[in-house]
Amino acid sequence: MNTLRRIVALAIKELFAILKDRKSRIVLIAPPLAQLVVFGYAASFDLNHIPVAVYNEDRSTPSRELVARVIGSVHFDLVAQLDHDAQIAPMIDNKQALMVLHLGPRFSADLKRGNSAQVQLIIDGRNSNTALLALGYLRTIFTDFNLQWSRENGRAGPPAALQIRPWYNENLLSRWFIVPGIVGLLMLVITTVVTGLSVAREREAGTFDQLLVTPLRPVEILLGKSIPGILIGLVEGSFILLLVVYWFEVPLRGSLGALYLGVFLFLLSAVGIGLMISSLAVTQQQGILGAFLFLVPAVILSGFATPIANMPEVVQYLTLVNPMRYFMVILRGVFLEGDSYTLLFNQYWPMAIIAVVTLSLAGWLFRHRLY
Amino acid sequence: MTPAAAARMRLAGMIRKESLQILRDPSSIAIAFVMPLVLLLLFGYGVSLDARHIPLAMVVEQPDANSASLIGAFQRSNYFVPQTYGNIHAAQQALDLREVYGIVWLRNDFTARLLSRGGAPIGVIVNGVDANQARITEGYIQGVWQVWLESYAHSRGVELAQPVVLEPRIWFNAAVRSRDFLVPGLIAVIMTLIGAMLTSMVVAREWERGTMEALMVTPIRIGELMVGKLAPYFILGMGGMLLSVAMALWLFDVPLRGSFWALTAASALFMMVALGMGLLISVVARNQFVAGQISILVTFLPAFILSGFIFQISSMPVVIQMVTHIIPARYFVAILQTLFLAGDIWPIVLANSAALAVMMVLFLGLARRKTYKRLDA
Repeated sequence: MNTLRRIVALAIKELFAILKDRKSRIVLIAPPLAQLVVFGYAASFDLNHIPVAVYNEDRSTPSRELVARVIGSVHFDLVAQLDHDAQIAPMIDNKQALMVLHLGPRFSADLKRGNSAQVQLIIDGRNSNTALLALGYLRTIFTDFNLQWSRENGRAGPPAALQIRPWYNENLLSRWFIVPGIVGLLMLVITTVVTGLSVAREREAGTFDQLLVTPLRPVEILLGKSIPGILIGLVEGSFILLLVVYWFEVPLRGSLGALYLGVFLFLLSAVGIGLMISSLAVTQQQGILGAFLFLVPAVILSGFATPIANMPEVVQYLTLVNPMRYFMVILRGVFLEGDSYTLLFNQYWPMAIIAVVTLSLAGWLFRHRLY
Repeated sequence: MTPAAAARMRLAGMIRKESLQILRDPSSIAIAFVMPLVLLLLFGYGVSLDARHIPLAMVVEQPDANSASLIGAFQRSNYFVPQTYGNIHAAQQALDLREVYGIVWLRNDFTARLLSRGGAPIGVIVNGVDANQARITEGYIQGVWQVWLESYAHSRGVELAQPVVLEPRIWFNAAVRSRDFLVPGLIAVIMTLIGAMLTSMVVAREWERGTMEALMVTPIRIGELMVGKLAPYFILGMGGMLLSVAMALWLFDVPLRGSFWALTAASALFMMVALGMGLLISVVARNQFVAGQISILVTFLPAFILSGFIFQISSMPVVIQMVTHIIPARYFVAILQTLFLAGDIWPIVLANSAALAVMMVLFLGLARRKTYKRLDA
């Protein structure tokens, strides 16, 4: 009973310490929400309005038809019609156009004779991902054009054609993939910011020693210090989830319980890491540095923007200790794939282990860190 | 002593004090050198958009020579690891369990329809959760399909004449290595962090520890105070920058097609912007806790998401595109990607440098205005 009272008292004191300062209150609430909205719109791999320049030496009906198909698509915007070779390089170099489509003078002659008419495409490869995606969009348009041309002119189509169907995200909206990821990102940042300095600040001010000589046992201090981080993470996380469902209209297909079990375990492990960093640090500067050194790799190696499967094997093993990695799978699994507890079991237990290990280490460090 | 000599002396003293402070507290040196080393190593190897060895389920309802040649085309591709499943239900279950990333499904009338006029369908299902990865995988699958079509036509002694053939040439990065654009972008992100981290805590610490009061009673002017604080960190930051560029060139084999001097000048400019941002944060926050929180929130994620380092800015909604203009990393990413991969393309380098110069004046000017030699302010 006394234990509970002491923990609650400490948790309340910690919450006050975080929320009493107006600046720190604003920092905790405003930027995450603003970031969700801005990043939710910004973080997308989908391309639209790709600037295209066309150099059409042929100017026959079929070549115009092909060009019209390209620039009529939502993905491409015509920025310039070129009329000699020398104009191509500056267009690309100065980023006025991402790609230049070049149809040679023999285009329609080749096409009518039944040979393959070649279209040269020059793409700015400075961002190779964008280049590949734009090429993919263009290929689809060309395949459609070929099918129609073959049909209308009595030529045999290809003997076999691909019929590609994406599952879970039928229209391949990259926002559906990224926005649930941002939830994890912001929750991680908030909890790390709240907990990463909580011990270091008291160490620097000398009040941590006072805390250690109170009747509070290290376990109670640990709990008292964890609760505010989890509470703030839970409240803000829930609010962010509401925005994801009602503002960004990402479908929530799986079970809410499975999602919240993931949220809870994730917060527990993030708080554990934050407190561990904080109790290792002697000064606040070290605390911030430590939080940073954890946050940045945790985000980049989580599968948030680039898939873990693409990483070298050694780095893939490294991601196994990153709680974000599991939470990303849970978020996307529950939102898009409609997963429930059983399918996500392999994501739950590693986070639980990370939480137990880091929290106990943090508790041990309270008394044993020499400085 | 002339006023100029006095100013020089005050400035020298200030720089000396800050330099000693840096040398005696190794955390700043760790930020400047260890952070870029660790982060760039981790990300240079860890961040890649090039998929390889994608596990793909193959369902062939009636195996024969034609289906075998198509499966063979997938096996020969470096992108895929085909796994055979007995029926479509088993394959779909594997997709649900994330054991495979996609399914290629040849129905039992595949060969019969190959010879018919309409052609045979090849059913393909991909996991669309990661839309980007799905689109890239579709591209790879289309590549395999094209290769197979040609060899199929060849084996039957006919020429495959598609009406229009696309001949793409990818400039600046012919091998389409995503690392070549990600590493320069990462340098911009890492330098934003480091520049802001280096200074944001410094002034806030002086306020918190009360040593700012000690500085106030000295004859030092505010301008000298700022220069004295920035100069040592500028040198540290540029050291970290050089280290990153060296790693990009010799460890990650990213080509540097522009001139080294343009790169150094742009980096120096950007370092001033990042340090100025950190200084402004610390002046506004006045305590390390808030300064630390603000610098985490306003540097890392915005530089990561809004700089164009990985997400294409021109595809964002117009309002968001306007927001990206206040992110300094945006300009530096454009400069770095161009200098590394394309060369000295002055219209891009100069326009972005001008924007950085404006931001530098803005941040330093604001920090200057917000610093008072008064206690009650």
